Amino acid sequence: MARVVVDVMLKPEILDPQGQAVANALPRLGVTDVSSVRIGRRIEIEFTGEPDLDRAREIADKLLANPVIEDFDISVVEDVKAEVA
Amino acid sequence: MRIGVVTFPGSLDDGDAARAVRLAGADAVRLWHGDPDLHNVDAVVLPGGFSYGDYLRCGAIARFAPAMESIIDAARGGLPVLGICNGFQILCEAHLLPGALTRNQHLHFRNRDQWLRVESADTAWTNTFQPGQEILIPVKNGEGCYVADQRTLDALEAEGRVVARYIRGNPNGSQRDIAAVTNEAGNVVGIMPHPEHAVEALTGPSLDGLGFFTSVLRALAGATAGASHAGGHQ
Repeated sequence: MARVVVDVMLKPEILDPQGQAVANALPRLGVTDVSSVRIGRRIEIEFTGEPDLDRAREIADKLLANPVIEDFDISVVEDVKAEVA
Repeated sequence: MRIGVVTFPGSLDDGDAARAVRLAGADAVRLWHGDPDLHNVDAVVLPGGFSYGDYLRCGAIARFAPAMESIIDAARGGLPVLGICNGFQILCEAHLLPGALTRNQHLHFRNRDQWLRVESADTAWTNTFQPGQEILIPVKNGEGCYVADQRTLDALEAEGRVVARYIRGNPNGSQRDIAAVTNEAGNVVGIMPHPEHAVEALTGPSLDGLGFFTSVLRALAGATAGASHAGGHQ
């Protein structure tokens, strides 16, 4: 079985206040060498048959990401079982 | 006049929106998200709340509701549509309005009475206001920060499509203090604060919100008069 992974990230020019809040919390963990944190979303899609990248791209473009504020990347995880193992 | 108010799973302010419609003197027609039939309404209000639990992104799933498919088509044909708060988010997700609403810059939910300046009275939903008029209506959102690229913002300003701006404090970090925008035709308006909560002295900080609902009645009356006038010359 193959899985398609869609990674959605805010565009670089869009402010990410969640990422900033996390970055601001890091010094409290004693971490002082991180200059930036940005938060995105990973979505895993499993097709009933062969993974269809064009279909996944369409899903990502229409629903999973908002192209006004977000970019996305699509990749295939070839062997899901191997990944789990 | 029949004004539709759509209820999505997770809508909160559909009852108040319907009440505001009635107080303005129209019939409120409750529409269900799963029903593509708009029941011959003359205009539509998309109310505030958390449609589909705000899953994925606010408004992202509501945009594909059967009722929304019909509303998107009708709005492109000129049907007046007002999106309030979550309704504004849905209109942006549906690409009926430019830009997007993102997490408040300070990450806090804001719930307070908010002063706005009405920048444009040339829309179906603001024609009873004076340009520059200052109004007080409640704002309550966690993801109300309006963003768009600079070119879009410049175009909105140049075309007079910024409908209202926050004054005396920006509650969410919206670019250029934008609280409400309209489409090119002026029939679709999205506003983050809640005019439907400012229609009665008992519960609201003012009666300023009523103007949005009386405006659409005036717009519709004008359209009807225009249509019958045009008909008379045929």
